[in-house]
Amino acid sequence: MSQGIVTVAYIGAMVMFILALGGLSQPETSRRGNFYGILGMLMALMATVIGIVSDNYFVLFFGVIIGGGIGLVLAKKVEMTQMPELVAILHSLVGLAAVLVGFANFLDHNIALVGVDKTIHDIETYLGILIGALTFSGSVVAFLKLSARIGGKPMLLPARHWLNLALLVGSILLGAMFVNQSAAGGGTLALIAMTIIALVFGVHMVMAIGGADMPVVISMLNSYSGWAAAATGFMLNNDLLIVVGALVGSSGAILSYIMCRAMNRKFFSVIAGGFGTSSGQTSSGPVGEAGDIIAVEGAEVAEILLDAKEVMIIPGYGMAVAQAQHTVHEITRKLRDKKINVRFGIHPVAGRMPGHMNVLLAEAKVPYDIVFELDEVNDDFPNVDVSLVIGANDIVNPAAQEVPDSPIAGMPVLECWKGKTTIVLKRSMATGYAGVENPLFYKDNTRMLFGDARDSLDTVLKSLD
Amino acid sequence: MRIGIPKETHEGERRVATTPEVASLIQKLGFEVAVESGAGTEAKFTDDAYRQAEVKIVENAKTLYDESDIILKVRPPADNKETGINEIDLLREGQTLISFIHPGQNEPLMQVLAEKKISVLAMDSIPRISRSQKLDALSSMANIGGYRAVVEAAQHFGRFFTGQITAAGKIPPAKVLVIGAGVAGLSAIGAAKSMGAIVRAFDTRPEVKEQVESMNAEFLMLDFDDEDGSGEGGYAKVMSDEFIKAEMELFARQAEEVDIIITTALIPGRPAPELITPDMVEAMKEGSVIVDLAAEMGGNCKLTEANKVVVKHGVTIIGYTDLPSRLATQASQLYATNLRHLLTELTPEKDGVILLNMEDEVIRGATIIKDGEITWPPPAPKLSATPPKQEPAPVIEKASKEKKTGPLSLLLPFIIGGVALLGLGSVAPPEFMSHLTVFVLSCFIGYMVVWNVTPSLHTPLMSVTNAISSIIIIGALLQISSENNLIMFLAGIATLITSINIFGGFAVTHRMLAMFRK
Repeated sequence: MSQGIVTVAYIGAMVMFILALGGLSQPETSRRGNFYGILGMLMALMATVIGIVSDNYFVLFFGVIIGGGIGLVLAKKVEMTQMPELVAILHSLVGLAAVLVGFANFLDHNIALVGVDKTIHDIETYLGILIGALTFSGSVVAFLKLSARIGGKPMLLPARHWLNLALLVGSILLGAMFVNQSAAGGGTLALIAMTIIALVFGVHMVMAIGGADMPVVISMLNSYSGWAAAATGFMLNNDLLIVVGALVGSSGAILSYIMCRAMNRKFFSVIAGGFGTSSGQTSSGPVGEAGDIIAVEGAEVAEILLDAKEVMIIPGYGMAVAQAQHTVHEITRKLRDKKINVRFGIHPVAGRMPGHMNVLLAEAKVPYDIVFELDEVNDDFPNVDVSLVIGANDIVNPAAQEVPDSPIAGMPVLECWKGKTTIVLKRSMATGYAGVENPLFYKDNTRMLFGDARDSLDTVLKSLD
Repeated sequence: MRIGIPKETHEGERRVATTPEVASLIQKLGFEVAVESGAGTEAKFTDDAYRQAEVKIVENAKTLYDESDIILKVRPPADNKETGINEIDLLREGQTLISFIHPGQNEPLMQVLAEKKISVLAMDSIPRISRSQKLDALSSMANIGGYRAVVEAAQHFGRFFTGQITAAGKIPPAKVLVIGAGVAGLSAIGAAKSMGAIVRAFDTRPEVKEQVESMNAEFLMLDFDDEDGSGEGGYAKVMSDEFIKAEMELFARQAEEVDIIITTALIPGRPAPELITPDMVEAMKEGSVIVDLAAEMGGNCKLTEANKVVVKHGVTIIGYTDLPSRLATQASQLYATNLRHLLTELTPEKDGVILLNMEDEVIRGATIIKDGEITWPPPAPKLSATPPKQEPAPVIEKASKEKKTGPLSLLLPFIIGGVALLGLGSVAPPEFMSHLTVFVLSCFIGYMVVWNVTPSLHTPLMSVTNAISSIIIIGALLQISSENNLIMFLAGIATLITSINIFGGFAVTHRMLAMFRK
C-alpha cells in the first residue's frame, strides 16, 4: 500500500473524529458520534497495520487482543458511579503510552537529522515525554483519590509554589542539557531525570487539589492526554496524531474552563491547589447553632412531596456514593404519576467529573428532558414547592452569595432556599469538600433528613404509596 | 422512661397531648408511651388507633399517673370538682410534667406544684428564639386560633365574605379588620383573605408591615412619629399615651366602615389592652361581628364576655377562649409535634432518658420548676425573635477590581504570539511549519465543535475523547516493526495499553449513551 493511500485513510479518520466530537454535542446524535469515532479509529489502524507495519505482527496482535479484551471487560463491569475513576485510569494509559513511544523514538537512531531539524525533533520528543509522564502520574493520583484509596483532602506542602517553580526550572534546564547531549549522541540520563521530575510534578499537582475540584482535574488531564498525543505527532511527523491530539487537547481545555467558570475559580488557582483549606474555617465561622436545624423522618418527607406541585431534585456526590439513583428514579416516577411536576437541577460541578450526575440519572432511566442545568432552572426556584437536595452541599450553599469573604463567594449555586421548602438529605452535619459551613441547613424552610441517602430515600419511597 | 398522657379534665377541652402518629415517633426516642383510655376521643383519635401505634392504653388516670415518669398535658393540672379528679394530687415526687402552665398568672399553682417536688416544663415559657420555633406551641395554637376566629365570625356574620355579581344583584365583599398581626393575626388574615374578604390589619410593630402585605392585606399605618412597639421576645410593648390616642381614632374611623373586627392584641403578663370601646361597637353596622381573641385576659373590647357570644348594639361579640380546642384534631396534631420536638431536645442521646440541661437556653426557659425548686422567671432571653438590625453590609468595591482592559492588554497576547511565531518561522524547517498549521487549525476545530456540547454529555464526551486520544497507538505501530528488541518491546507495551483504552473507551461510551433516553 502506498504512502498516499495511507494518508487518504488518515484524512478519512480525521474527518470521522471531528464528526464524532460534533455528534456528541446532542443526545439524539451522540450514538452516531460514537460510531464515527470507532470507524475513524478502525480506518487509522487498518491503514497503519497494512501500510506501514512490516514485522513483529505477533507482538502487535498479541497486544491488541489482550489490551482490547481488558478494555472490554473493564467497560462492561464498571459501575456508572465509578466512571470518574475509570476515565482517570484510562487517561493515565494515554500518558504512559506517550512516554513509551517517546523513549522508543529516542532510542531509534535510524532517523538521521542534523542542525535545527535535530534540535526541534529533540524538543518535540522531550515535550512529548514530559506531558505524557505528567499525565500518567497525575491521572494515577486522581484515580487513587477518586476511588478513595487515598484521602480526598488536598495535601499541601509548605512551600508548594516554590517547589513547583523549582520543578519547572529543573525541567527546562534538563531540556537544554538533553538537546546539547543528544546532538552528541547521548542524553539518555537527562531524559530519564526529566521523566522522574515530570512524574513527581504530576503527583504533586493532583495531590494538592481538593475533592471538590476533581471535575477540573479530570478534564484537565483529559486535555493533557491530548497534548501528549499532539507532541508525539510532531515528533513522528504524523499529522493524524497532531490533529487528534489538538482536538482532544482543546476539548479538555474547554471542559476545564467550563468547570472553572461553574465554580467561579481561576484555572490557575485550581492547579496551584490548596483551595478552601487555608481560609475556609477562619472566615466563615459558625452560622447557626446545632439546634436550629429541623430534622424530619422519611414519612414526613413523603407527605411534603405529595403535597407539592413543583418538585426540584438536586443530586450531588452523596447520591453517587449511596448509589441512590434508582430509588430517586422510582420516587420521580411515582410523583409524576400523581401529576406532580418533578425536575432535576444539575450543577455543572456536582459529582466528581463533568456530567457525572447526568450519567447516573441516565443509568437509572430518568428521561433526560426533565434534567436541567443550573442556568435553566435557577430563576424558577420561587415557584418550586419542594427542593430535594440529595447528598449535595457546596453547590446549594447560600454563603456563596451572602458571605462576601467566603471561600466560595461568587460561585454560582442552585438557589433552592428561594423555594417554599427545602429537604436536605445528608449523612451528618459535616461540611462539604470546600470545608465551608452551609447556612442553608439553618434556614426556617429547610428540613434535614439524616442518614444514608439510599436508606432514607427507600423509606420515602415506601411512604409514598 | 414512660410517658403518660391523661385525658384532659378541663371542661370543654377537646385536645390531647399526643396523637398516634407522634406517639410512634416518640417511641423512637426510646420512650414508652401510655395513654389514658378515651383521651383522644374528642380529637377523633380512638383508643384503637393508639393501640396500633403500640401505645399502651391505661384504664384510669390514677394508674396512668402512678406508672408514668413524664406526664404530657395540654391544660395546667387542676382540681376538677365535677369529675372528682384532682390532677395535682395524682402527681408524685420525681415526676416531670410538661404542659401549658402560664406561671405568670398562676402563682398559687406554682407553689403547689413546687411542693410536690416535681419538675415542670411550661410550653408557654419556651423562649421565642429562632431555634425554638419548632417547639413553639403558643404559635401553633395561635395559628389555629386565628383561623378558627374567622370561621366563627363567618358563622355569625349574615353575608358572604367574597364579593359577587349575581343575577340577583351585586354583593359587596365583607371588610375585615385584624388588630394585632402576630401569629394569630396573620393566620386570621390568611383565612379571611382566602374566603374573599377585604382585609386590613393594624399592629404597633412596624416591622410586621411586610408580613401583612405579603399576604395581600392592607397594613394600616398610623400617622405618627415612628414609635417602635416591638418588645422583647417578639411581643408588643405598652405604647405611649399619644400613640394610643391616635390609634383609638383610627379604630373609631375603621369601626364605622368594617364588618368584622378580629382583635388579637396581647402584652405578656398584663391584662389585654382595651382597643374597642363601647362607642365604637355602637358605631358599627348592624349585624357586624367582633371576635376577641384576648377574651381570656379581659378582652380587647370592653363588652366582651369570656367564653360567651353576646349581642350588644346589634353587634355579635364572640369571646371564646377555647378556639384551638374547637379545632381539636388539628390542634392536637400540632401540639403533639411541638411536644415531640421538645422531647427530642431533652433526650440528646435518644435513650429514653430526659436530661434537663439548664445550660441550654431553650430548656432553661421552659423549665419553671426543677425538682421542686421554682426556676421561673428565667434570665432574659439573649435574642429577640427578629434579627438585630444589621450593619450595612460592607460594600465590596467591585469597580476597582475590574480593571479596564485597555487595547494594549488585549493585543499583547497576539503580539507576543506573533513575535514568537515569527522567531520560530525564521529558523524552523518548512515541514515543521506545515505541521504547526495543522495543529493550530485543529485546536480551533476542536474548540468550535466542543463548545456546543450539552453539559449532560460531558462524561460521554470525555470518555470518547479519551478513546480517540489513544490514536497515539499509531506512534507505537510505526515503531513496532523495529529490529531493535527494546524499541519493539516498548512499542508492544504501548500498543497493549492503548488498546485497553481504545476498546474500553468506545465500549463504555456506547454503554453510557445507550442509557440516555427521553
